[in-house]
Amino acid sequence: MSTDEQQKKLMQGNEAMARGLVENGCVVAASYPGTPASEILSAVKGWQEQEGVEMHVEWAVNEKVALEIAYTASQTGLRAATAMKQVGLNVASDPLMSAAYLGVVGGFVVVSADDPGPHSSQTEQDSRLMAMLAKIPVLDPASPEQARQLTGSAFELSEKFSVPVMLRPTTRVCHACQDVELLPVQDLKRAADFKKDPSRWAATPKFRYQLHLELNQKLAQIAAYQPTAPRCLNPQVKGRQAVVASGPAASYVQEIMGDLGLWDAISLYQVIQPYPLHTAFAEAILNDFDEILVLEETTGVIEMQLRDRYKVKGKLSGMVPEAGELLPEIVERVVGQFAGLPPRADLPVPAQGGRRPTLCPGCPHRASFYAIKKAAPKGIYPSDIGCYTLGINLGGVDTVLCMGASISQAAGFYQSYRVTGQQRDIIATVGDSTFFHAGIPPLIDAVTQGARFVLVILDNVTTAMTGNQPTPAHGTPAGRPVDIESIVKGCGVGFVKTADPLELPAFTALLKEALAFSHTVGVSVVIAKSPCLVDRSAPRQKRQQPKVTRACTGCRVCIDRFECPALTMPPGSNRVVIDPMICSGCGVCLDVCAIKAIEREETP
Amino acid sequence: MREQQIIICGLGGQGILFVTRLLAETAIAKGLPVLTSETHGMAQRGGVVVSHLKVGGFTSPLVRPGQADALLSLKPETVPLHLHFLKKDAFIATNARETVTEADSYPSVSIDADQLALSLGDPQAVNLIVLGRALAEEGRLFCTAAEVAEVIKQKMAGKDKQLARALAAFRAGLGQSKED
Repeated sequence: MSTDEQQKKLMQGNEAMARGLVENGCVVAASYPGTPASEILSAVKGWQEQEGVEMHVEWAVNEKVALEIAYTASQTGLRAATAMKQVGLNVASDPLMSAAYLGVVGGFVVVSADDPGPHSSQTEQDSRLMAMLAKIPVLDPASPEQARQLTGSAFELSEKFSVPVMLRPTTRVCHACQDVELLPVQDLKRAADFKKDPSRWAATPKFRYQLHLELNQKLAQIAAYQPTAPRCLNPQVKGRQAVVASGPAASYVQEIMGDLGLWDAISLYQVIQPYPLHTAFAEAILNDFDEILVLEETTGVIEMQLRDRYKVKGKLSGMVPEAGELLPEIVERVVGQFAGLPPRADLPVPAQGGRRPTLCPGCPHRASFYAIKKAAPKGIYPSDIGCYTLGINLGGVDTVLCMGASISQAAGFYQSYRVTGQQRDIIATVGDSTFFHAGIPPLIDAVTQGARFVLVILDNVTTAMTGNQPTPAHGTPAGRPVDIESIVKGCGVGFVKTADPLELPAFTALLKEALAFSHTVGVSVVIAKSPCLVDRSAPRQKRQQPKVTRACTGCRVCIDRFECPALTMPPGSNRVVIDPMICSGCGVCLDVCAIKAIEREETP
Repeated sequence: MREQQIIICGLGGQGILFVTRLLAETAIAKGLPVLTSETHGMAQRGGVVVSHLKVGGFTSPLVRPGQADALLSLKPETVPLHLHFLKKDAFIATNARETVTEADSYPSVSIDADQLALSLGDPQAVNLIVLGRALAEEGRLFCTAAEVAEVIKQKMAGKDKQLARALAAFRAGLGQSKED
């Protein structure tokens, strides 16, 4: 084994981007977790500790705050980055649009991870369109290794043109792993040095027009910047057809063109910077080729900048699907069609079926939803973004819109019914991290406007869905923890009580009490506090698994309504069995079973 | 260079990422380039989870239908969901108490990893038991049991209890085939 190979390490795309940020002298990094971007910041922290470099690395309360903190570091001349998922960028779009006009001092990279599919997101939106809207350049890596390289390119581009640069990976970059080389970490030896310039940093509308003109000039120059220009991957080819690909589609098509015997027949270009598309490239490719196929995710961003509807095939032309993930099997079909190959008839088709995701066995949210349904069987249940969205399986989730919307929607439902002379029980659910992120302004609004509903804050003391990142309730070594109950009281809510939902009967009674308050007085808040079972930082509880007695009638309430995956009824059996592989021993099913056919010997 | 494409499937929480990364790190230790693709986010909550692993000169992290050389399954019900990835003569190793009929037309092995894991007092060990079972069939995967054991030892260096549990599970998977 050579020395080079020994320095290679298996890295997830997110870890590779984090490595790239640290290698290139990033000093401030801030993020809010969201799949598929969640591992970037924890990896930055990991590399920072391993390399012993001085950095400020923070899990911010939301993406807007994260972007603003990182951007300000750039204003002081330091290199800085922020990372989020695509819908997180919606939250951070306000400062981004303005930062594009004001420009940067230290290199400023905005990582916005897209999720074509979508696998774990509300939308398939293409962050590259957000870059176009903001008028900032965007880079589109094809692999973890390239994502690491492009963090360096992004910092250089950002500093050369004084502009924020977006790095847009997709799920197949973020959650791919590859052998990646470790390069030395640069110490740029910069000190924060904010140079006051109110006409720029606090520009009034009149100057913003000037800044807009400057931004347009920058974009024209960036469209001629050589380091991020498209690359021809098979320059030996001299044909009349070309494939232009970016992101993971470029990695798929490279392999597929080889397999289909097209590597020496069709020119393949990888676009690194989909916006602004390099002007000379766009002109040359339209001149040099008769037919051009564009492969990209998720919208036709490159395609719309190639202004020839006759030569250019892609999403806008209808040759490539405009929704869903551009999987390699789709790329294979489209490239075959483009090359005039006969369609393959023998492609195996995936079997249908599978298993829907579900709350973990022993998850306290399951108990909360069960209690909510008991307390208000005819209620309306607005909910929010997190693991507890899976409360939909228990019938405890009626709406999911975006971060924090459970609370505004609860208010919206109340006002809509009230104004038309009706009243409904409304119980909203929001997770602790989501409450901090976007739940506080709508709660203030609900109190101010006299809305009446119950808000259950599902407080499992972590950001569970994305891998158990800390919340503000944890505090940081330098700061102080922020307590949810105090926030709720500070918002003016007159009823705030905390209880453990695993104590099912008492928790259900508390919800009824909160409902009564909401009917007569106003918003009431119940904090359902119980730790997440997959949070490795929480202490492990050794709890005994219960047993099903012969009294079980097979009524299936615990399976169908409580929906615990550890409770099953094997085919041909008429009694429930407990799966010893996954039962956590939470014991809530003891209270769910009306005939008390589930028992547990209490250990002394 | 020997190229290999492997699909690893099961349910969220069974440790599919761990097995995938273990194999990927074994590839790196052998000096082979490697690409994987993982499932994260909501699907990890008890839903069907699949990893793609490609060892050799590939550029894409995803396996196309009809291209996989092997399938490792930690839950029998996930086998039929991923058969479309397999080549005609692909190798299947699965955790199963009874025969998985869908695997019959392929060279396949199975092991009751749930039962073994419970008897080891370690329900989380299903992943390493199945991996051990697959590697007991010499020459099916790109690496040997000894090479994987070496990477397990490196990964868990300094965590003696964890290492002992992992090796016990891995060996249980390997040993079962000797009794067959």
